[in-house]
Amino acid sequence: MPAPCQQTGASPFAGGCTPGTMRRFLRPGHDPARERLKRDLFQFNKTVEHGFPHQPSALGYSPSLRILAIGTRSGAVKLYGAPGVEFMGLHRENNAVVQIYFLPGQCQLVTLLDDNSLHLWSLKVRGGVSELQEDESFTLRGPPGAAPSATQITVVLPHSSRELLYLGTESGTVFAVQLPAFRTLGDRTIGSDAVLQGLPEDARHRRVFEMVEALQEHPRDPNQVLIGYSRGLIVVWDLRGSCVLGHFLSSQQLENVCWRRDGHLIVSCHSDGSYCQWPVSSDTQHSEPLRNCVPYGPFPCKAITKIFWLITKQGLPFTIFQGGMPRASYGDRHCISVVHDGQQTAFDFTSRVIDFTVLGEADPASAFDDPYALVVLAEEELVVIDLKAAGWPAVQPPYLASLHCSAITCSHHVSNIPLKLWERIVAAGRQQHTHFSTMEWPIDGGTSLAPAPPQRDLLLTGHEDGTVRFWDASGVCLRLLYKLSTVRVFLTDTEPSENLNAQGEDEWPPLRKVGSFDPYSDDPRLGIQKIFLCKYSGYLAVAGTAGQVLVLELNDEEAEHAVEQVEADLLQDQEGYRWKGHERLCARPGPVRFEPGFQPFVLVQCQPPAVVTSLALHSEWRLVAFGTSHGFGLFDHQQRRQVFVKCTLHPSDQLALEGPLSRVKSLKKSLRQSFRRIRRSRVSSRKRRPAGPPGEVPEGGARAERTGTQNMELAPVQRKIEARSAEDSFTGFVRTLYFADTYLRDSSRHCPSLWAGTNGGTVYAFALRVPPTERRMDEPVRAEQAKEIQLMHRAPVVGILVLDGHSVPLPEPLEVAHDLSKSPDMQGSHQLLVVSEEQFKVFTLPKVSAKLKLKLTALEGSRVRRVSVAHFGSCRAEDYGEHHLTVLTNLGDVQVVSLPLLKPQVRYSCIRREDVSGIASCVFTKYGQGFYLISPSEFERFSLSTKWLVEPRCLVDSAETKSHSCPRNGSGPEKVSGQARSVKGQVAFALAPLL
Amino acid sequence: MIPGYCQEAAKAPASHIKKPEAQFGAEFRRFSLDRQKPGKFEDFYNLVVHTHHISNTDVTIGYADVHGDLLPINNDDNFCKAVSSANPLLRVFIQKREEAEHCSFGAGGSLSRRRKALALREDGPRRRAHLHIGLPHDFRPVSSIIDVDILPETHRRVRLYRHGCQKPLGFYIRDGTSVRVAPQGLEKVPGIFISRMVPGGLAESTGLLAVDDEVLEVNGIEVAGKTLDQVTDMMIANSHNLIVTVKPANQRNNVVRGSRASGSSGRSSDSAASRHSLPAAPALLHLQPDDADSDDEPDVVLEGVLEPRPAPRPPPPGSQARVNGAGPAHRLLSSLRADPRHSLALPLPPGAVEEHGPAVTL
Repeated sequence: MPAPCQQTGASPFAGGCTPGTMRRFLRPGHDPARERLKRDLFQFNKTVEHGFPHQPSALGYSPSLRILAIGTRSGAVKLYGAPGVEFMGLHRENNAVVQIYFLPGQCQLVTLLDDNSLHLWSLKVRGGVSELQEDESFTLRGPPGAAPSATQITVVLPHSSRELLYLGTESGTVFAVQLPAFRTLGDRTIGSDAVLQGLPEDARHRRVFEMVEALQEHPRDPNQVLIGYSRGLIVVWDLRGSCVLGHFLSSQQLENVCWRRDGHLIVSCHSDGSYCQWPVSSDTQHSEPLRNCVPYGPFPCKAITKIFWLITKQGLPFTIFQGGMPRASYGDRHCISVVHDGQQTAFDFTSRVIDFTVLGEADPASAFDDPYALVVLAEEELVVIDLKAAGWPAVQPPYLASLHCSAITCSHHVSNIPLKLWERIVAAGRQQHTHFSTMEWPIDGGTSLAPAPPQRDLLLTGHEDGTVRFWDASGVCLRLLYKLSTVRVFLTDTEPSENLNAQGEDEWPPLRKVGSFDPYSDDPRLGIQKIFLCKYSGYLAVAGTAGQVLVLELNDEEAEHAVEQVEADLLQDQEGYRWKGHERLCARPGPVRFEPGFQPFVLVQCQPPAVVTSLALHSEWRLVAFGTSHGFGLFDHQQRRQVFVKCTLHPSDQLALEGPLSRVKSLKKSLRQSFRRIRRSRVSSRKRRPAGPPGEVPEGGARAERTGTQNMELAPVQRKIEARSAEDSFTGFVRTLYFADTYLRDSSRHCPSLWAGTNGGTVYAFALRVPPTERRMDEPVRAEQAKEIQLMHRAPVVGILVLDGHSVPLPEPLEVAHDLSKSPDMQGSHQLLVVSEEQFKVFTLPKVSAKLKLKLTALEGSRVRRVSVAHFGSCRAEDYGEHHLTVLTNLGDVQVVSLPLLKPQVRYSCIRREDVSGIASCVFTKYGQGFYLISPSEFERFSLSTKWLVEPRCLVDSAETKSHSCPRNGSGPEKVSGQARSVKGQVAFALAPLL
Repeated sequence: MIPGYCQEAAKAPASHIKKPEAQFGAEFRRFSLDRQKPGKFEDFYNLVVHTHHISNTDVTIGYADVHGDLLPINNDDNFCKAVSSANPLLRVFIQKREEAEHCSFGAGGSLSRRRKALALREDGPRRRAHLHIGLPHDFRPVSSIIDVDILPETHRRVRLYRHGCQKPLGFYIRDGTSVRVAPQGLEKVPGIFISRMVPGGLAESTGLLAVDDEVLEVNGIEVAGKTLDQVTDMMIANSHNLIVTVKPANQRNNVVRGSRASGSSGRSSDSAASRHSLPAAPALLHLQPDDADSDDEPDVVLEGVLEPRPAPRPPPPGSQARVNGAGPAHRLLSSLRADPRHSLALPLPPGAVEEHGPAVTL
């Protein structure tokens, strides 16, 4: 066992032997003790997907389990219950999930894919934890010679007997299938011929071969089902007697039907935007509906695709339906209307509505629905509306957050937030969320067994619309805590007009915007590119696309003040260049009112207003450094004064860039190269995909595709081998900035310093003189360049780090002052680590001489895309830990490289190599975890550490039936009675097949 | 054998050592030494110069060891070693010192250099009376074939010496398939091939690489299983000292080793394929990256620079097009990041393309 030595990278096990001649003889993996220790320290897991599923395509809900299921177009099925209860399953086939049905009262669900296959999934308890797994799959086969449409499933009805599945098809036939083995029961098939036989003559003649649009079981009598055909015929079918009990004939195309809870009323909705009510009684046949209503008439309306008719104890029903908007003026809206007690609201969604459901009384024996929440799955977000509270406010979801409500442009992770700052951010966020309902999250099935998160972590995402969102990334649920908008600082073209949101009283239809997804940015220049938060002081720096750098401070009170504006001319006295890109943003003159939270007080505007490419904040010295493609600057935000700017442009670089001839040439070249890349990635993606569904695919298309692939492979892909030259473009691009208190000039005195690394492999070091605290406002901060290092391989510098005398990375500013870190060792000699895209290189300080290096690219051809320092704790020895570098390469591999000896420790492939945006979005935490975008709206969380593992562990028990009442008024006696009822309900289920 | 200096061997009584010796024409002498008590180098040196009547000239003395390598005799230790290694004859070579400096063992005594020199013996400069060839330090090496002794004959390991950072290495690589002999018969495996040479480029000028040569290793690391982009990046990262092992498409020009010297030059390509078992392990041993490190140019560190440093090499006016046209292959990667400085343009040329600064996400 290793001796416990906390926070030490230079443990005797970290390296092997001294670098030098002996190094070549030691192969990794030769030291068994080190190998054992590596197993205790490193482990790779993809633990959980945060955010909203990309391209959802189906919604399911189990009232008894209180669990929501979402299917996606890529064949994933995700289950969500109480916060922390999450499951994910992936169909073997890469087909879209079209429909999801939970089997009543069971931990099982059936999914229908767009290849017409059915899949049975179940939640099984293993080792105290539930797991989602696929049990069975099935494709309905018709009689030989039948048209494919005969077995094309349009609707599924899981029968309350739990043993039967009724499948409505395009041909109008309803098949019965026995579960769980998916055995087709031929004698129970309800053919359209049999139905026609049971109809009177007048209804029979024009109804042939129509698709089954709806299948509903009688709410009270499991032997009756309602079959709705697309041309408007609705039939009540007796399963035991195999006969028609009643029929209703509508003149319009049928979209869906709803059977009222008592079974005495059927509501059907139609393609012309109308809905009809039909009374059900055994003796009389109604040829006309009780009531025919076009809610948004009289002008032509779009179809109502789904309707709920729900009864309440108070007597007045809830009518909830999707669509039906006037075609001409509102036909493009995605609306769900709720009508109750004279109130009517059309909830207007910003993206297409996939499906919706209403949460109400789950006990089938109960007399009333008493709906309490409306759950709407839109294409880009999940919206839950509280139907109990006045005004029907939305409920803030604890998960499934729409990360991409405006496109994510950058992300920043801060580990281990002090409680004080956390509470202040939460408090600031709470004041932004007053418009949300106070209802507890109504989807609360299952129990999360995951231990409480060990620390508070923040994930900050910058967005295209100029906002920064603060997410609670401590646990399985990624929850929005607070949203900061920088828009208020600037004058934008479109002023948010208040009256646009406030709808007039007499507005018709009564539209109300809901949800947060809003992909349309007013001005792309507002986009956030870099974020830096100091967790100890509450200072935040954000920088954007138009060269704006804002320094913000956390304030618990609302405030109104002017934002001081300073210009930083990064070109300095370089003559003869004109910026032809976007204009800088115009700052709003005069005082601006800011809500509680982070409030900007200084705006540094880079000139030219190019995108800010690097940012660093030192809250102890009150300095902020920023870099663009032209240079970098240092700003003293205490005195609100610019300390210096440094232009990093290379004279020849500019010539190369701007010569008119060469511009054309390189554009052509880059076009050619990108086409090659596209072609290549297409080929490889095709190779990746498993060989399509067997048979069934039209042969011609497949063959054409195959020959296409061959042709593409014939096209030669070649790469020129040529050394990197000093005249490469964008050498001045500042990639990284770093503050350190170290020995820059001589080995006797250490001083504050600023380090900058560029795309051309240059590192600049500036010695800073920061006046002591008592004279901080009186004396200026001084800086002078002390060193300049040109890496001969000229690869872009992506990281700079200083290691102290014990080879431990220097602590963050204020970390020592808050007693959260040992003070760095200032006795021994410091070392400088420069990470370029190609090499890791350790230099001595103050005299910069190369000491050690790891040539990543030269050895394996991969390049460093992201690098970060992480502390890895051992899963066995409580207080043992090591500091290492976590590295993401352009191949999507994640590696751990030891400090300070630069030995590769472990390597895992994490992101697909073709997934450029995923690789670009990756962020590492300080404790060996990371996040990257798997779609515009989802973060995948992974962990390299054995100790820090955030993953869902949860239990869903079918016997467990929660109170069915609205969670808000869950008083004691009510709960008991709810449970009693539910027991009765289960008995009823069990008896049903015997009847 | 090293031309230009003559050497000779002759027989002598077994217990004694003979000295064939080379003067500046071809002069051979033979004499004996006591194997048990060779004596001091100083005495030996005097003996040699005396024997040859060249006391007024500075000479260096070398000997051929058991492996045929030319090693120096310049102190007591290696003199003893030389004498003890005589079996039974010791061949001693004597050269004028200034000539010897340009010979392999005299210059610096680096082991690898010597090995290389031996490997290249046959290519060495042939001294002709009528042709004046400058001293080697007036030239710089362009390329060399190395490790001939440890590689199969079908392979060639080429080292390219890039001078400065301006000259492109000058070749292109592509994906392809190569045929290997596996236990279960021939199998096709993906490989990396040289697809094109830049006319006048470094690679072409060496004559050691050709189109359709298969690239097997880059600086001692096998490229099998690596993508084209990975191999490209490896080559560029090693461009200071690039060592590529290729299987030449044309197997007729292979370096042929001693014992099999006769009649094997016209080897057919299928027999080449059948002997395609790669000696990966010895290759790796010889080419650990640390070896390559020694050849790296050091990074430039400027201390206390306050003045803007002049550009290392302001490009000549006509070089723009070349500089741009010759962007490195990794431009592909950088093209993924949009470049915000597209929007910087000289105001002077009226026909310049105007672009607008795009948003950049790094």
